[in-house]
Amino acid sequence: MSIFIDRDTKLVVQGITGRDGSFHTQQAIEYGTRVVAGVTPGKGGQQFNSSVPIFNTVAQAVAATGANTSVIYVPARFAADAIYEAADAGIALIVCISEGVPVLDMTRVMPFVRDSGARLIGPNCPGLISPGQSKVGIVPGQICAEGKVGVVSRSGTLTYEIIHQLTKSGYGQSTCIGIGGDPIIGTNFIDCLREFEADPATEAIVMIGEIGGTAEQEASEFVEQHVSKPVVGFIAGQTAPPGRRMGHAGAIISGSAGTAAEKMAALEAANIGVMKRPMEVIQLLKERL
Amino acid sequence: MNLHEYQARGLLKQAGIPVPDGEVAVSPDEVEQIAARMGGGVVVKAQVHSGGRGKAGGVKLAKDPKEARAHAEQILGMQIKGLTVEKVLVVPTSAIASESYVGVIVDRASERAVVMVSPAGGVDIEEVAAKTPEQIFKQSIDPKYGLLPHQAMSLAFNLYADIKQVRQAAMIMQRLYQAFLDAGASLAEINPLITTPDGDVVALDAKIGVDDNELERRPNIAVLRDVSSEAPAEVAAREAGLTYIKLDGQVGCCVNGAGLAMATMDLVKYYGGEPANFLDIGGSSSPEKVITALEIITSDPNVKAILFNIFGGITRCDDVANGIVAATGQTKLSVPIVIRLTGTNEDVAVEILKQAGFEALTDMDEAVQQAVKLAQEAA
Repeated sequence: MSIFIDRDTKLVVQGITGRDGSFHTQQAIEYGTRVVAGVTPGKGGQQFNSSVPIFNTVAQAVAATGANTSVIYVPARFAADAIYEAADAGIALIVCISEGVPVLDMTRVMPFVRDSGARLIGPNCPGLISPGQSKVGIVPGQICAEGKVGVVSRSGTLTYEIIHQLTKSGYGQSTCIGIGGDPIIGTNFIDCLREFEADPATEAIVMIGEIGGTAEQEASEFVEQHVSKPVVGFIAGQTAPPGRRMGHAGAIISGSAGTAAEKMAALEAANIGVMKRPMEVIQLLKERL
Repeated sequence: MNLHEYQARGLLKQAGIPVPDGEVAVSPDEVEQIAARMGGGVVVKAQVHSGGRGKAGGVKLAKDPKEARAHAEQILGMQIKGLTVEKVLVVPTSAIASESYVGVIVDRASERAVVMVSPAGGVDIEEVAAKTPEQIFKQSIDPKYGLLPHQAMSLAFNLYADIKQVRQAAMIMQRLYQAFLDAGASLAEINPLITTPDGDVVALDAKIGVDDNELERRPNIAVLRDVSSEAPAEVAAREAGLTYIKLDGQVGCCVNGAGLAMATMDLVKYYGGEPANFLDIGGSSSPEKVITALEIITSDPNVKAILFNIFGGITRCDDVANGIVAATGQTKLSVPIVIRLTGTNEDVAVEILKQAGFEALTDMDEAVQQAVKLAQEAA
């Protein structure tokens, strides 16, 4: 078992012929993901690597192949429309890797995606992998192993770092998911924690946050009330200079400055094991499993 | 990207919001001329991307052109929070009957833009929120319908009792929301929004922060960027697609991904070092980006050791390795370099580096400890 993706995931790649799209599609196929279609407007009828049919639209791809999940690699200025297109085509899980999507676009995308009944992961995220089953996005497959730890993170490469530590020490993963660090994202910590709690294959959860916003504090509250499985966490940015990206007015609305210290305290208060550096994940898991 | 006050005022004016006339000057001569033309008293205001300009002595009242000139001589060239004042805005003094706050901002929690107003204007809104939160009123905006007239009116009734002023303020809020959208802003503020003794509602000061991701499709806003007001290394980094923030330590860091970059800095500190910078080479990599990154890091004289920490995903380790080899082939490094890379195309990268005489580590903790040690030995 796993969350969000598994052996039945049938993937369509939006932007399959671009530099990043083609590279990571090849990696996904080699990993064993069922990549059933690609979409690049104007290249319909061609094939990717003489094995994956390319369509002009997502709707055509879905009609012809039964794709149920999409991954988006298009340039940021086309990303919002790519999400709308996937949702319109009835895709259930949309994973947007593209980085640099304007926040105001996301204020319009989110209600649309919700109304369509789809789940969006990202944007600006590494996607997810259920080791041994399916890989949607750019998480390197070779650092993962099948197992019982669920990983959810706002970061990209920091997630790989921690997965790498887990795998080296014999802790395989049920699913690893990068939710993205943008201000507005489709799937948050709580969505993932709820799924991991319900997933019989997941026995422990690793949560990786960073400074800014209040997502980690809300997730901590959720853990306290609804998660019975052991959780360990990390917050990046303990030494970051304050206030370079996040304006003060943002902090007023959320009622928090979003510092690492504040978040680590919230994690501790919810009985989550807090790492001071990434490699401590192993020790903390050992104590709890 | 933050806009200068005079640029933000310009956008508000275009949106139809009443803003007093003002002119920008770069020399005391110009300031004196502008003040003479305006007649009466003026305010000379430093144009830098920093709050607290008033407290720092960057905003001064002058009763005549001579005094305006004297203030300009002091303000132009002064440092406010490390930024040099290159320009001042000159505006006529306004008689003020009351001061309020109006702002539009993107709120993560509701995933919407929110209008926030307060009758306690003219002071730091953070202070108002901390001391008298009941003085702040908010309305979240459904992007489908925008800020509806009755919503703006309800907010405005918290500011004024006079219905004429309420209507004027409501109109200003709707136009501010439109200006916020048109600029691709993440924040648009009027503080203070004043009433004059005649009863008019006028925007006295304006602040707009733009979402950098909007600039590609908004060339009219992108041209407002004032590179003279930013650190040269940060400008060079941005133009190369990197994010760089200079800090005060000795270990120069080059990392892919913001989260890992922060975790690397945290780890440098954990092992007793101080990071010299935050540098994220971003998602898609190219050897050119790495060359620029190395140039930027080595331009900081405090740097005593360089640490590369790359975990390849969308970034390919071989691109980074090629960049390191190309950059060090052009100019010899004067400080030691520690390279850690793992992930996508790691094997190719290790081979490239080995051929060029570099050692590549695969463990983050080990690499950070080594870099901290080298920096301490060199210091």
